[in-house]
Amino acid sequence: MNSVVEMRHVDLVYVSQREAVLALENINLSVEPGEFVSLVGPSGSGKTTLLSLIAGLISPSSGDVLVHGRKVVGPCAEVGYMLQQDYLFPWRTIFDNCVLGLELTGRLTPENIAFTQELLDGMGLEGTASFHPHQLSGGMRQRVALVRTLATNPDLLLLDEPFSALDYQTKLQLEDLVVDILQKRNKTGILVTHDLSEAIAMSDRVIVLGAKPGKIRKSFEIPQHIAKIAPFYARKEKGFNELFHEIWAELEADHEREGI
Amino acid sequence: MSKNQTTNSATGVAIQLENRQAWLDEQYNAHMKQKKRTRNAVWCVQFAILFIATALWEIAGQLKWIDVLIFSYPSKIGGQIVKDVVSGELWPHLFMTVGEVAVGFIFGTLLGTILAVMIWWSPFLCKVLDPYMVVFNSMPKVALGPIFIVLFGAGFTAIVITTLSITVIVTTLVVYNSFNEVDSNLVKVVRSFGATRKQEFRKVILPASFPTIVSTLKVNVGMAWVGVIVGEFLVAKIGLGYLIVYGFQVFNFTLVMASLVIIAIVATGMYQLVVYVEKKLVRQS
Repeated sequence: MNSVVEMRHVDLVYVSQREAVLALENINLSVEPGEFVSLVGPSGSGKTTLLSLIAGLISPSSGDVLVHGRKVVGPCAEVGYMLQQDYLFPWRTIFDNCVLGLELTGRLTPENIAFTQELLDGMGLEGTASFHPHQLSGGMRQRVALVRTLATNPDLLLLDEPFSALDYQTKLQLEDLVVDILQKRNKTGILVTHDLSEAIAMSDRVIVLGAKPGKIRKSFEIPQHIAKIAPFYARKEKGFNELFHEIWAELEADHEREGI
Repeated sequence: MSKNQTTNSATGVAIQLENRQAWLDEQYNAHMKQKKRTRNAVWCVQFAILFIATALWEIAGQLKWIDVLIFSYPSKIGGQIVKDVVSGELWPHLFMTVGEVAVGFIFGTLLGTILAVMIWWSPFLCKVLDPYMVVFNSMPKVALGPIFIVLFGAGFTAIVITTLSITVIVTTLVVYNSFNEVDSNLVKVVRSFGATRKQEFRKVILPASFPTIVSTLKVNVGMAWVGVIVGEFLVAKIGLGYLIVYGFQVFNFTLVMASLVIIAIVATGMYQLVVYVEKKLVRQS
């Protein structure tokens, strides 16, 4: 077994001024190379916390988090992290924003710079390199953020609701773009989202999390014919709606149990 | 026939477009003219206020409506300034004061910023220093003047230290505040690439708060003047603050007024210089 990500009996406790709260309980999860996994669940189910654990931004209170079989001790360049919004640095040009990761990891080589430029051009951002972020639209900015994440050539991408701040049309375009890039470059992806149809359309597997404390409730394999085509068309595939309702019911069940 | 018609309508569209452009230009010109008119009116009234006030003061002084011994009058003050400039008596005083202000201002901003970096770097140090900074910041710092004079001797050093005591802590608080107000998500971006704390500071915190640091320059230049003049009131044998105190003691209010006019001119000049530098620096970043 050569999982990209492996979590074994992971618990996470958040300590606040008033009390200690169990945010994640007994998480067991493994993600295979090239797989695209979505995490859905109500707020408070610890989706983002799970990503932060894999990214090495926080450490588990108990249990192990492994990436490529090695225990995660801190953030590293093999894992790319994409946030809800682009968070481009307004004082840097588009190109300087893109090479931020290379700069920080001391890999600003001519090859890597050429690779970054290629990524930019490949995403319809040619000619924007010397612009500043405020001159670009929301969709373009999020694409720049994607280039920034990919520039260090990570083989695992963590996507924390990266499309939630975009308008619907842009969101659909970017979903297709991300799936396309990950498939072409054979990268592994983990997506956190509130949008169930986005999760199904993009993923090979959808994991439903329960809240208080966050735990894995159920995992749904997405049939190949939906998983392997572009998200935009996947939504029209046979069986998509049935799957949507099945997973929806699972999410609702959790709500009822919580008495919400 | 039909071809002819299309040509006609095409010409029609062209004429229409031309008309529209002319109309837009007209709108633009009218707007700019209005703006210029307003600007001129403001300038005229500003000048009139200055002129009338000075003229009234002059007349009131000449006709002895006011006590000339206390209030003096413009031509007398102007004469005093010209006399001091020509005789060269003014320059040592002016240079001394400007030098003190410049040193106090530059070091105040620098030390304040360095202190802010230190307490950002070590949250422990920040917590430890917090009550001391609160007390020191609440205090009227010029009250410490006599202590500085005893410590550093009556002169340049004591005056600069008085100025620093006014500027440093405020700078520290403002700059440290701006460090903390940097969007935590920007920090998260660099952390996700595995940035060290030093990189975090250099790549995010410092550039993000650079405009705030530069804008404290503007505040500090005003504060530095307060520190220097008060310092000179206390100890100096030279400087514009000294001229004011001296003029007051010998009851030469023309000298006091002349010093005030010079301070007003030089302080405004310095402030404008800082504004100019700020514009340059912020545009570059």
